[in-house]
Amino acid sequence: MKPLVVLILALVLLGLRFLRLSRVLWVPVWWLASYVFLVYGIEPPLPRSIILMFMGIITLSLLAYFSVDSQTLSAAWGAIVRFVTDRRYTIPLAMVVVALPAAVGWVAYRNASKAPNPPLFGRTIHPPPPIEITFKGKKINLTEADNPFRALEKSDPDKFRQHVARGRVIYFQNCVFCHGDNLNGEGLFAHGFDPLPANFADPTTIAMLQESYLFWRIAKGGPGLPEESAPWASAMPAWEKFLSEEDIWDVILFLYDYTGYRPRAKESLE
Amino acid sequence: MANCELPAERRRACLGFGLPLAFLLLAASLVLAANGAQEGGAVTKAVEYRHFPVIGSRVAVWIIAQLHLMFGAFVLAVPMFALIIEFIGYKTGDKRYDQLAYEFTRLLSVSFSFTASLGALLTFMLFILYPKVMNYLTQIFSWTFFPYVLLFFLEAVFLYSYYYGWGKFHPVTHLLIGLALNLVGIGIIFIADAWLTFMNTPRGIDQAGHLVNLWEAINNYIWMPINIHRLIANISFGGSIAAAYGAYRFLASSTPEERAHYDWMGYVGNFIAISALLPLPFAGYWLGTEIYAYSQTLGVVLMGGTFSWLFIIQAVLIGNLFLAANYYLWVSMQRIEGAERYYRFIKYLLASITLCFLVWATPHSLVATVQEARAMGGQHHPILGVLGVMSAKNTAVNILILTTYISFLLYRRGNKEPTVSWARTGNLIQFAIFAFAVVFVIFLGVYGYFVEAKVRIRLSVPQVLTVLLTMIVVTLIDVFMFKNARIKGPIRWGEMPARSQYALFFIAITFAWTMGLMGYVRSGMRQHWHVYNVMKDTSPDAYTPTLGFAANVITITVLIFFSFIAVIFWLTGLTSKKSSGAKWEASA
Ligand code: HEC
Ligand code: HEM
Repeated sequence: MKPLVVLILALVLLGLRFLRLSRVLWVPVWWLASYVFLVYGIEPPLPRSIILMFMGIITLSLLAYFSVDSQTLSAAWGAIVRFVTDRRYTIPLAMVVVALPAAVGWVAYRNASKAPNPPLFGRTIHPPPPIEITFKGKKINLTEADNPFRALEKSDPDKFRQHVARGRVIYFQNCVFCHGDNLNGEGLFAHGFDPLPANFADPTTIAMLQESYLFWRIAKGGPGLPEESAPWASAMPAWEKFLSEEDIWDVILFLYDYTGYRPRAKESLE
Repeated sequence: MANCELPAERRRACLGFGLPLAFLLLAASLVLAANGAQEGGAVTKAVEYRHFPVIGSRVAVWIIAQLHLMFGAFVLAVPMFALIIEFIGYKTGDKRYDQLAYEFTRLLSVSFSFTASLGALLTFMLFILYPKVMNYLTQIFSWTFFPYVLLFFLEAVFLYSYYYGWGKFHPVTHLLIGLALNLVGIGIIFIADAWLTFMNTPRGIDQAGHLVNLWEAINNYIWMPINIHRLIANISFGGSIAAAYGAYRFLASSTPEERAHYDWMGYVGNFIAISALLPLPFAGYWLGTEIYAYSQTLGVVLMGGTFSWLFIIQAVLIGNLFLAANYYLWVSMQRIEGAERYYRFIKYLLASITLCFLVWATPHSLVATVQEARAMGGQHHPILGVLGVMSAKNTAVNILILTTYISFLLYRRGNKEPTVSWARTGNLIQFAIFAFAVVFVIFLGVYGYFVEAKVRIRLSVPQVLTVLLTMIVVTLIDVFMFKNARIKGPIRWGEMPARSQYALFFIAITFAWTMGLMGYVRSGMRQHWHVYNVMKDTSPDAYTPTLGFAANVITITVLIFFSFIAVIFWLTGLTSKKSSGAKWEASA
């Protein structure tokens, strides 16, 4: 959020209250205020796709508000007719007649003069994992597999710390270049990739995944993703060629330990 | 009433029985012909798939199945509320209810023939186009086919005796026929659900897929959840279609009496639709949980993968449903004298609905360009990411339901002024309950972020219970508070602006589209399986179509459905031209 923008918006809305605007005028005012808030009031900025969807919903709501009361509706209708026919409004009318096409032209110009962008498409970030994978010739059932060293956390904390420390070394030898030294996805190479390397500090990545899911992703990398996740686009290497099974479980321990998240627990059947 | 039209109706009855029968015969002969051609030819290998021209087998079966489902839903739902309305009429002695129930029932006879014809068509297409799957399913379920056919015939018997017997039996006998009709209908849907839920979450079979236990195959993981979810959804859908019929007749009517009558009909239909809509999300979540319990993978396919986009579309549709339903209620308040008092609350209710709608429709994975993603510091937006998860959505749905309930409450109070001495206290208590419920539901939602997923999923239960309990307690208080209330003025039925009626159309269409979408989700989530993990789909259609393609197929299906419905409305309108409206003796 940007407090300044929110504050200004709130002040403007409050100020308009004292002007005793008609209900009809409140509709465009709220529409504009919502738009300004969504585009300029939120930090980091929202993607356009979301702004479009949100504005669609808000537009519908405002239309509902506008048309719910027959009196408001006929008042609005009357106002529009007066605006178009009454001589008093000739100059503002002329301004609107010029401004509307000008606005459309401006949007068209802005869209056409934008730097070219890679096409946009909805990639599935967390696709369903396969039931079973083959890791160095060994079959691993992902629904059943769990981190074998997780239990040490309680039974043998010293041993557990050793595994985490090993994981740290593995991370800084292999992963740091992309996933960054704060695990926030801002490694040295990160700017070159689309999709971006995962940000493990974000509560919607490892914090909501099970450890066996991470095992799959680390072992099989981008190439192991299903079609809907655009496997060709992900730069995440398939680490099964370089790391052992124990290495991967260790680095997973480190990811959770460093970020302070807990892995998603297995749901028990019934 | 309507006795005078017996000859015409009898003709239609013949049509009702005859059409499906003719279709069945046609289907049977075609199946035989197709098999004959097969045996006669040099082919010795069993055919696994046949190709349907131009659109392909999958789309053909998809459309017909969905149409059959929609008609089936309608035909099963209408008797349920017709019976309840008839019962209200019987208890209160108010003739209007009886007439309304009859009018709802009148929509049934043509729809019933359509349903049966489509069902026959579906069966016959399935057996011709997908012989391998159908053979397998027949092996598993053959014993359920006999009761199904039996129930189907009973349904026809009860339905037509319920319809044609209107006003000719003792009221209690007639109500009992209606009850039997409903029980048979529920039996039918439960059996059919067993077949299709088995395909998603098969049980009761051995490693090789042979049947071990028929009851387990029927009572598989999602059988009951789908039964319940469908039953409630069907009532809601049926109510919305009936309301659309009311709206159609309202817009076409020429006299104030007619307008008043159909305004009322639309209102009742919508009331049914929305009442059934309120518990639906809970039933949906139960269904989702059972799918997870059956297989984590299937659960993630449903909620995490490509299909998660369908749930965003579903959220938008259902958000629209709630918005339109509330809108209809608010517009309706204009025909109630005294309801002006409550107008000023509308904007707060609307704000609440809009906010919940926004939260509910927030996707978990965003569509963002590289620049946008970079600015966000990842694929997830730090603020939206918070809204895109289950905790937030559950909370939003619960508040949405509470808000709609409040709209109902205000509507109900419209022209009433409590006369009891404790009215002020009562209002305060109600307000306190609402405030507590909202705070508690939001608290649980926020708390959900700080606990493990396992615990989080369970938090939705107290949320739901809070909302349900709130609605029950507040309704109870309201009933007592408005006993012997002073009536400020009559409800001026019929004095509704046309746009409210278009809201009813909108609700019906949105409902049909939602149903089409969810039907696709249900069968699409199996991906390349006919029977999940048991029988692979090896046909050329064994891929998940793009969202756009699926949306187009659903849209076409909905268009076909409504063109059929238009025919039904028209036919039904013909029979009632003379009798309707006459009974509306300026009562209110
Ligand atoms: C060449 C750059 C690169 C390196 C090196 C790299 N990754 Fe990745 N990683 C990515 C990218 C890009 C993504 C996001 C796309 C995807 O999901 O495949 C990703 C995604 C992931 C994910 C999935 C997170 C999620 O939310 O689904 C995990 C887990 C992961 N990486 C772990 C690791 C580990 C552990 C290492 C070191 C052993 C590593 N990565 C090394 C680029 C890299
Ligand atoms: C949010 C949780 C929900 C989930 C997980 C869910 C899931 C599903 C699924 C998987 C189906 C397909 C079953 C079938 O084809 O019979 C379905 C059907 C349906 N759902 Fe939901 N649903 C949810 C909420 C809702 C809500 C809130 C509505 C309200 C409109 C709704 C309306 C429907 C309808 C109309 C059908 C079609 C029923 C039929 O086939 O007869 N669902 N739902």
